[in-house]
Amino acid sequence: MDTSNSTGREINYATRVDKVTFKSRLTRNLKAGLTVIIAIFVLIPVFWMAATAFKSRADAVAAPPKVFFQPSMEGFIGLLTQRRQVTVAQGLDDLKKDPNLKWYDRVMLNKGQQIVGTSEYVGYLKNSAITAGTSTILSVIFGLFAAYAFSRFPVAGKGDLLFFILSTRMMPPVVVTIPIFLLYRQLGLYDTTIGLVILYTVFNLSFSVWLLKGFIDEIPREYEEAALVDGYSRLQAFFKIVLPQTITGLAATTVFCLIFAWNEYAFAVMLTAQNARTAPPSIPSVLGTGGIEWAQIAAGAMGFLIPVAIVTFALRNYLLRGVTFGAVRR
Amino acid sequence: MATIELKNVVKKFGEKYAVKPMNMTINDGEFVVLLGPSGCGKTTTLRMISGLETVSSGNIYLNGRDVTWAHPSNRDIAYVFQFYALYPHLTVWQNIAFTLQAQSVKKDEIERRVKDVATLLKIKHLFKRHPGRLSGGDQQRVALARALVRRPTAFLMDEPLGALDADFRETMRSEIKHLHITQKATTVYVTHDQIEAMAMGDRIVVMSDAAIQQIGTPAEVYHDPANLFVANFIGSPGMNLVKGHYRAGKLNLPGGGVYTPSDIWKTRIEKQLGDDQDVILGFRPEAAWVVTQDQLSAEVFLVEMNGSNMMLDLHLSDQVIIRVRANRGVNYSIGSRINFDLDPQMVRFFNPATEAALVME
Repeated sequence: MDTSNSTGREINYATRVDKVTFKSRLTRNLKAGLTVIIAIFVLIPVFWMAATAFKSRADAVAAPPKVFFQPSMEGFIGLLTQRRQVTVAQGLDDLKKDPNLKWYDRVMLNKGQQIVGTSEYVGYLKNSAITAGTSTILSVIFGLFAAYAFSRFPVAGKGDLLFFILSTRMMPPVVVTIPIFLLYRQLGLYDTTIGLVILYTVFNLSFSVWLLKGFIDEIPREYEEAALVDGYSRLQAFFKIVLPQTITGLAATTVFCLIFAWNEYAFAVMLTAQNARTAPPSIPSVLGTGGIEWAQIAAGAMGFLIPVAIVTFALRNYLLRGVTFGAVRR
Repeated sequence: MATIELKNVVKKFGEKYAVKPMNMTINDGEFVVLLGPSGCGKTTTLRMISGLETVSSGNIYLNGRDVTWAHPSNRDIAYVFQFYALYPHLTVWQNIAFTLQAQSVKKDEIERRVKDVATLLKIKHLFKRHPGRLSGGDQQRVALARALVRRPTAFLMDEPLGALDADFRETMRSEIKHLHITQKATTVYVTHDQIEAMAMGDRIVVMSDAAIQQIGTPAEVYHDPANLFVANFIGSPGMNLVKGHYRAGKLNLPGGGVYTPSDIWKTRIEKQLGDDQDVILGFRPEAAWVVTQDQLSAEVFLVEMNGSNMMLDLHLSDQVIIRVRANRGVNYSIGSRINFDLDPQMVRFFNPATEAALVME
């Protein structure tokens, strides 16, 4: 850091007056304390969920709740597998002697259950990944090109078109579930992954067009014009000059689209049955099968949370710039 | 290298003219400055030459080739933008090499040419930096390097010094001029700063209201302005313009003064306007000198010390203020009356109705 000011005298930053007075130190500590309290408040449910996911069935329902417990993978294994009950009379001890047993087989055999296959939840999770991933990629790509066109070219009826795109967001999506359900049944899109992908893409498109247009508007045209006179075509200029500068906007848009598509519940419940069912509507259905498996539900919710958390974490640097976007003027 | 020719080039935005029908020929190796107040169409003209703006009608020729509808990338023209437009995500080296990569120049050739041009502009030490972290002057040099490295047929520069500090602007001004002298590349340079235009241009194209007002060398536009706009716009301060009434060889000025034009001018005025007519007298501040007696008289209103000389603001009458240059050795007190005379060689006359200068055939 440059420590000389205009008069050439050195400033000792360690003794800046505003940092040593009692009052300012107090407010700083108060602020920090408040932040910690809010963070704890927000994170308790998450912690509870994570803890429950690693509890055995007995610990999960213990009263008072156990803070310290023997961690167990029961919840996760139960969620992802199909099992059958085996009693000692049916040869439970013989099964335990099998040398080819994996660690998860042992965990369940100790509970008197034999794993016979993967559960339907695995398929639902796969559906979720495909649906959310594909629709996010599509809406970001389409959104990027649409936003670029709206930003740079004199599109006829630009204002009306942009308002129309925005207007698709003005109603809560749930309102149109029944018409769409009827439409999809007619079109043969009911209970298909492609049906959900189309729906999520369209819903996210309005969002991504508007968000990305804002980002592209902020990139001065001169950069592309410089590339044009430097000997590049419009498309080359777009990929070489505009795209690298839109990364922030792309990251922010991707995360928001992904969160919507990943979390979406209402349409998924209405428009899917078996084939295309995604994870969100299937987690509660665990409730129904043989008592409430709290550990399994918590494991499902946590597993569901992790992918979005990873993507958000990976893009956090861009996101931070994306969220504060427009607040800082050049 | 290249000649640039504009034939009846027009640009309209909706119903409004951005550039009225324009004809102009820029010769090979010439440094032409487009000069005018903001919004006069000079940047639009430059952008049409580059192809970044389409023309509404008319034709543009580069070396005789019609490029009116050619894509900017096919014109072999380099453009220096007002705010440089250096690609922020590329390093200085990548910025300069970017244009050569578009032409699929061999790698070692790129290396060599980027190095050569960077040596010329003294920016080799900046290769690995990103443009956002450079000073304005260094950004300017990189922008020039990016234009130079291509060896284009022509350079177009849009107020390239506009974003620099005043003192640094002069340094860069002479650097650009020096580059032009060594490279001998056809250059079209846009500015609103008439001092810059006078200092740099081989020829100046003065524009206003979307039209060319005058094309000429710096000396021509300074001494022989084609109309009142040019007379007023060029020079700081601009030409003194005083409306008077001409009758029988005498010009009656506001405030009761009488100026007697030279015999040549008398015939010109009578031939071009007629006797007993209003005419506008124009003269530069340095065309007037203070004399002890007779001639024109005026009241000293303000005295400005300009270093090498003094600028006097004189009240000819209550409404008419003229500015004349005076010897700095003398003390002029405000409110006193002084007499002055005009250099007959440097006096010009204008037609008040058409605002055009009287012809000096």
